[in-house]
Order: sequence, then C-alpha cells, then structure tokens
Amino acid sequence: MPDLLVADLSRWQFALTAMYHFLFVPLTLGLSMILVITEGAYVMTRKEVWKKITKFWATLFGINFVLGVATGITMEFQFGTNWAYYSHYVGDIFGAPLAIEGLMAFFLEATFVGLMFFGWDKLSRPAHWMVTCFVALGSNLSALWILIANGWMQNPVGSEFNPETMRMEVTNFMEVLFNPVAQAKFVHTVSAGYVTAAAFVLAISAWYLLRGRHVGLAKRSIMVASAFGVLSASSVIVLGDESGYVAGESQKFKLAAIEAMWETEEAPASFTVVGIPDREDRETHFALEVPYVLGLIATRSLDEEVSGINDLIAEARKRIVNGVAAYDALQRIRANPEDAAAQEAFAATREDLGHGLLLMRYVDDPRQATEDQINAAADDLVPNVALTFWGFRFMVGIGFLYLAIFAAGFYFMNLKRNLPRWYLHIAVLAAPLPWLAAEFGWLVAEVGRQPWIIDGVLPTHLGVSSVSAGHVITTMVGFTALYGVLLIIEMRLMLRAIRLGPSGGPVVPLGGGGISDAIGISRPATPHADPYDK
Amino acid sequence: MELFLDFATLKVIWWGLLGILLLGFALTDGYDLGVASLLPFVARKDEERRLVINSIGPMWEGHQVWFILGGGAIFAAWPLVYAVSFSGFYIAMFVVLAALILRPVGFKYRSKLENPAWRSRWDWALFIGGFVPALIFGVAVGNAMLGIPFSLDDTMRMSYEGGLITGFLNLLSPFALLAGLVSVAMLITHGAGWLVVKLELGIVRDRAASVGTYAALASFILFALGGVLLLVMVDGYRMTGSVDGNMLPNPLRKEAEIANGAWLANYARYPWMIIAPVLGLAGSLIAFAGFRRKSALAMVGSATAITGIILSVGASMFPFILPSSIDPASSLTVWDSSSSHFTLFFMLIMAVIFVPIILFYTAWVYKVLWGRVTTEEATGAKGEHAY
Repeated sequence: MPDLLVADLSRWQFALTAMYHFLFVPLTLGLSMILVITEGAYVMTRKEVWKKITKFWATLFGINFVLGVATGITMEFQFGTNWAYYSHYVGDIFGAPLAIEGLMAFFLEATFVGLMFFGWDKLSRPAHWMVTCFVALGSNLSALWILIANGWMQNPVGSEFNPETMRMEVTNFMEVLFNPVAQAKFVHTVSAGYVTAAAFVLAISAWYLLRGRHVGLAKRSIMVASAFGVLSASSVIVLGDESGYVAGESQKFKLAAIEAMWETEEAPASFTVVGIPDREDRETHFALEVPYVLGLIATRSLDEEVSGINDLIAEARKRIVNGVAAYDALQRIRANPEDAAAQEAFAATREDLGHGLLLMRYVDDPRQATEDQINAAADDLVPNVALTFWGFRFMVGIGFLYLAIFAAGFYFMNLKRNLPRWYLHIAVLAAPLPWLAAEFGWLVAEVGRQPWIIDGVLPTHLGVSSVSAGHVITTMVGFTALYGVLLIIEMRLMLRAIRLGPSGGPVVPLGGGGISDAIGISRPATPHADPYDK
Repeated sequence: MELFLDFATLKVIWWGLLGILLLGFALTDGYDLGVASLLPFVARKDEERRLVINSIGPMWEGHQVWFILGGGAIFAAWPLVYAVSFSGFYIAMFVVLAALILRPVGFKYRSKLENPAWRSRWDWALFIGGFVPALIFGVAVGNAMLGIPFSLDDTMRMSYEGGLITGFLNLLSPFALLAGLVSVAMLITHGAGWLVVKLELGIVRDRAASVGTYAALASFILFALGGVLLLVMVDGYRMTGSVDGNMLPNPLRKEAEIANGAWLANYARYPWMIIAPVLGLAGSLIAFAGFRRKSALAMVGSATAITGIILSVGASMFPFILPSSIDPASSLTVWDSSSSHFTLFFMLIMAVIFVPIILFYTAWVYKVLWGRVTTEEATGAKGEHAY
C-alpha cells in the first residue's frame, strides 16, 4: 500500500507547480489574442502606431511566455516522476491528449513564437500577422487538449478496466474528445485567460494615463482591452464550468460542496450566498439564502434536483460495498482468467471497482474492511467544503467585478471619451484579482473532486510513485527555491519593461474620435502635441 | 472495431516512432544543447555571446517541443516506460528539469539588462541548461542499457532499490558515465557544426570549428570504446522462451535473463543492423573533416553521427526498452509495455497527420531565417527583439 505521507507531499508539489504554472498561462492565452487584434489593426490600417502598440505588448508577452513554457516542462513530466502508478493505470487514455497537445498545438505555438519576435523585418505585414495568429491558435489549442485530459479525470468516459493489463483502456476516443466536462472547462478557462489579459492591459494603460505617459498607446489599448474584456467576462460568467458538474459522481459532491448543501432540497434549490460551512455538524451557519437560484444555475431547469451531501454519502456507501464485490471478482479472475462466474460478477460490478479501492486507505485488502472503515471511506468522499465554498465565491465575485470594470471602461472610453481618475485607480488596483480568481478556480475544480485522482476510478493516494517522502521533499524544496527566484526576476523585468514603455519614444496621441479614430477609418489622428505625452 | 494493423506491427511501429522522436529531439534541440554548452568557451565578449545566442534564438523554442512531445508520446504509447523511467530516475529527472527550466528564461532575460554580472550569470545558466541535460540524457541511456533496479508486483506497482542518495549515485557507474560523455561529445559536435554554418565569418566561428574538431574526435573514440565495453564487460539481456507479439501488454507474462554479450546478439542475427554503429563512427569522422575545412560538411557529419549512435542503442537493445537489473522478468519490452491496440492505432493516425505538417512549417521557418547571423543583428542594432 502506498505511503499516505508521500501522497500528501506529492499533492502539495503538484498544487505548487500547477498553480505556479497557471500564473503565466492565462496571460499567454489572452495576450496572444490581444496581439492578434492590435496587429490586425496594423495590417488593416497600416498605421505605425499599431505596430508600436503590438511590439510593446509583445515584449511583455515574451517575458511572461517563457516562464509559462519553462514551468510547463515540469507539468509534462510530473505525472511520471510523482504519479507513476496513475501513469500506468490511465496512460492509455490520459497520455493521448498530452501527446496530441504537443503534435497539434505546442509545436505550432513554439515554432512560430521565435519568428513573431525575430521576423518583423523578414516578413510582409500579412505574413507576420499570420505568424502571430498561429501563436495564438497554438496556445489556445494547447489549452483545449490539456483540458480534455483534465476533463477526463473529472468525468472518465469512453474507457473501461482491463483485468489482464491492470489498467484503464480506451473504448471510445470520441467520447473522450467530446466529453461535456472538458468542453465546458475549455471555454471557461480560455475566457478566464482573456479576462486576465484584458485586465493586465487595462491596468498598465491606466497607470500610464495616471502618470500622463504614452497617452496614445494607453487609450488605444484601453479601447481594445475594455471591449475584449466585456466579451470575455460575459463568457466566463455565463459559461462557467459548473454546468459540467452534474455529469459525474464526484462532480455532484463538488457541486454540493460549492453550495455547502448538506441536505437535498426540493427543486429548484435555493442558493447560499454566504455562510460558514461546518463539516462536523454538517450544516452551514449564518447562511444567507436566495430561493430557486441554485437549481437554475446547476441544472438549468426548474424541476431537477440537486443532491445534498448527506444523501450523496449514503449513495456512495452502497457503491463502496458493491466495489468490494468487484474487487473480489477481480482477484478471482486474476487467479484464474477462465473463471466464468468471476467474469460475470466483475461485469456486473466493475463500475464500482474504484469505490472498493477507496478502502485501501484503511486496509490492504478491501474484502477485510469493517463496517466502520466502510463508513469512514464514504465520509472521505466529501471534499473540503469550506475551501470549495469560499473559493467559488471569491472566483465568481471577481468575475462580476471585472465585468463591471470592463463595461465602465468601454463606456467612458467610447461614449464619454474620457476616463475619470478614480476609474483609472480602480483599474490599476484591481489588476491582481484575475490571477487570484484563476487560482481559486483551479482549487475549486481540483480540491472539490478529492479523494479521486480519476473520478470514481482511482483514489488519489493510490496514484503515487514508489518514492520516499525524502525524494518528494527534496524536489519540492528545489522547485520552490527555483520558482521563487524566477518569479522575483520576472516581476522585476516586467515592471522595468512597463516603466520603460514602448521603445522609440511616445506614440502619436489619440484624437477624440473613439474607436473609429483609433482604427483610422474616420480621419487621421491629429498630430497635435499632447501636453501629457512625454 | 477491426483495425487493419495487427497489435504486434503497431508495437514495432511505435518502437520506431520512439526512435524518430529521440532523433527529432537530438537532431534539432541538439543544436541548442550543444551551442549552450559551448557558449562560455567560444564566445568571450558580450557581443560575441549575443551573436552565439541569437544564432539559435528564434529556433530553440520549437526544437524544445520535441522533448515535450517525447514525454507525451511515451506517456500515450508506452505508459509503463513513462512511469518506470521517470519515477526511477526521480532525482536525475529533477536535475534535468531544473536545468531545462533555466534555458528559456536565460535566453529571454539575459540581454534585458546591461549589467555584466547579470549577463554573466545567465550565460552560466544557459551553459547548465545545455551541458547538464546533454550529460544526464546520455547517462540515462547508459543506465537503461545496464538495467534499472526495479521490479513490478502483480498490480503493476513498481518498487526500486536504492534510497534518495544511493539511488542517484548508483546511476553514476563507469559505463553510464561513458554513455553520458558520448552524448556530450556528439551534441557539442552538433552545436559546433551549427555555429560554423550559422555565424558570420570571424573569430567565434573559428573557435567553434576548433572545438568541434576535438569534439568529433572524442565522439568517435568514446562511442567505439562503448562498443568494446559491450563486447568484453557489460552484460546485456535476452528473452527466454517464446513471446507472442500480439499479447496484451503485461510484462510479467515473460521470462528474461542477463547474458554476456547479449546487446551484440542482434548484429549477429540481423547483420544489416551493423549500419547503425558504422554511421555513428563514420559521421564523427565526416564531422572531423568538415571542421578542418570549416564547411557545412561538419553539420552533415554530426547529424549522421547522432543518427547512427541513437539507432545503435535501439538496434542493440531490441526488443528491450527498459530492462530490470534485479528482476529481469519485470523488464519492459516492445511486446509487453505498450498502450492498448486501439490507442496505438489512434495515435499513429494522429502522428501521420501532424508530423508532416510540423516538418512543413518548421522548414518554412528555417527558410525565413536562412543565412548567417551577424553581430549587427544580434546586438539589437537591427530589431529590438533580439536576445
């Protein structure tokens, strides 16, 4: 039986490296799209201003991009180093999207990103824009394949257990590719990346405006960022991946944990806005509830029930008992592959094999488990309710806040033609929030599905490698030190590049014509000297 | 579903694709590993170093994907190999990852500040990011040939002999270190070949040619020495009993043993395989001649040498991929450690579609960036985005 300490340490290391990786990924996803927009404006209008704007944001993109690439290397190999049994158990399915990500997406992105920086003088305008488009396409497709892999962990469709090879094997790749959980996650995650990048561009531009520097660049950038931001923030809210949570078993636990909903309510369930979830007493203190709303959000209907935690535990307990029968049948098949009775018993119970394996936290052989151990294993299926509940609320709160910020920016910029200073201050101060929301989103999705590494198939603690705690502590210290130093360096270079601003002096100031003026379809920007643009 | 390639054929195809991935990585990212290993020695002044760095600046990122793709493809096609090797080489793998993490950052951040101490530190980081992986990849191949001290239980959970420190130190046996040096020599030869082709005429290119001459010679001697050791000292592995190539992948369904000279047995059975080591040796000599004349022949030679050396490892070990030194029956072979029939088929279709597309656009990028890199370009006089 694997060491529980090694499992906990490996989870900490995975969380550390994944969350660190995800400091850089959202900005890469979104900023690549913003570069496509600003360079598109350059190709259409042939105005040097847009080239300068593109090059400026590309510089910041580059500083961020390399750390995304560097820390992504760790992610690709960490399944093998720290989750070896997991890799064996599900590599037949899980490995494929990772390999296809390399083939279809990462090659595209990485091969063209060098040309994007080095190719300005070597390519025609449309050819260079095409290169930028390939970089954006590559990074977004990358997210698609990674989330297909992750979606399968959350909702393992299209596969079944093979007793001869002792692992899960593919039965239907189309189901894996078109997994509803993966689709919802993809749209939600890339939209979150777009929000992050729009917030980033908005904040830096607002800072320039507050200091009265690079006014032309800043105003044009705010125009792009606020419009792009309104669309992305709407998408990230409407297409939240909560919609996928009705699909799988652990997703039901996750949904119930997000709402801290202990008892099943009659449809449509009410939504708990805030409260203090208490795992011991299985109730939420000081809950502030809004009737009907949860049922609508979670099931998109008025008459479908959302299950409460207590009922889910009772259901899961039955599956654990059934899982013990599956485990027993599996042992008999392995002793004698020709045993027809065992095969029949396994076929009837194989869906619950994973639930039987949950008992291996307490006993080596699930068939020896006591009633108390079965009850404990059923209780283990409840994730960390407080973290999931609050993580979700922070994430959603930040999403709505940013929708308002972008909408206000769009309004001030395009209708009022003037951005009030209080608004600029808010735009600068709010800048770290999208990153926080993304990290909370990851926590809700991944903590919310514990104790499974593959929902209903493989418990997390069984997935680890046969390494010692000392091994994992060594690498965890190593990664923390290396990542810490790199983060400090990155922030320093990023801030320096922002302070320096676009190279080659100020951009032509923007006239009063809003979008039509910015993209040059009404009249050329008036070349008067802008007193603030120094 | 009926697939028109049988399981055994697909396993052999994916064994070949594993070789192609390794070759893709060594032939493309090999330039970058070699160039980075050479950086502090062939270039001394700042503009010289920028010249060298910018010669690979636009391309290294695409090259590196061969490594990432290698990881993903091994995961998809050879999940047990992925699991056993990366968790078995745990600490070595961490060192490789840490070194490779320094590389992208070094390229991008080095020239962002004028400070000489800052730049010098990143130059050494780039050196580490080139030299350390080149060495450890070779050492890992050496250990794969020697066998890894692992065994599988009947649930396919692996266990390893050796603790945190001893496990790592055990990797550093003389044969494995020799394999590491072969890898370093061949990749430095390749990197030097790149610099001879890509750099403007001048002192840096001359230095690269001169280092390349020695590296090519070293590559020849060390590789030949490795072959001699396989003959006289290092034991190989062989299967005992018959194996059905179409078997469901389960390593515990076979017998294997350690045997003297077993890594050379394939050359007796299939004499045409001898072409691999011949290419390895001849390539180094061609590279040597190329460096003497400072011509592109050096790069042709180094590419031939890399191809020959990697194919030699595959030819010697087939059908073994990762033999186990403490329990030969747990060894992972082509027949018993792959994914399912269907996954191998599906992934083959993906590879057949996407690899030609990748090669096409990579070639286009090479074409756009064709020609020698000049100091003027590299130091940012033309184009502020240079490294």
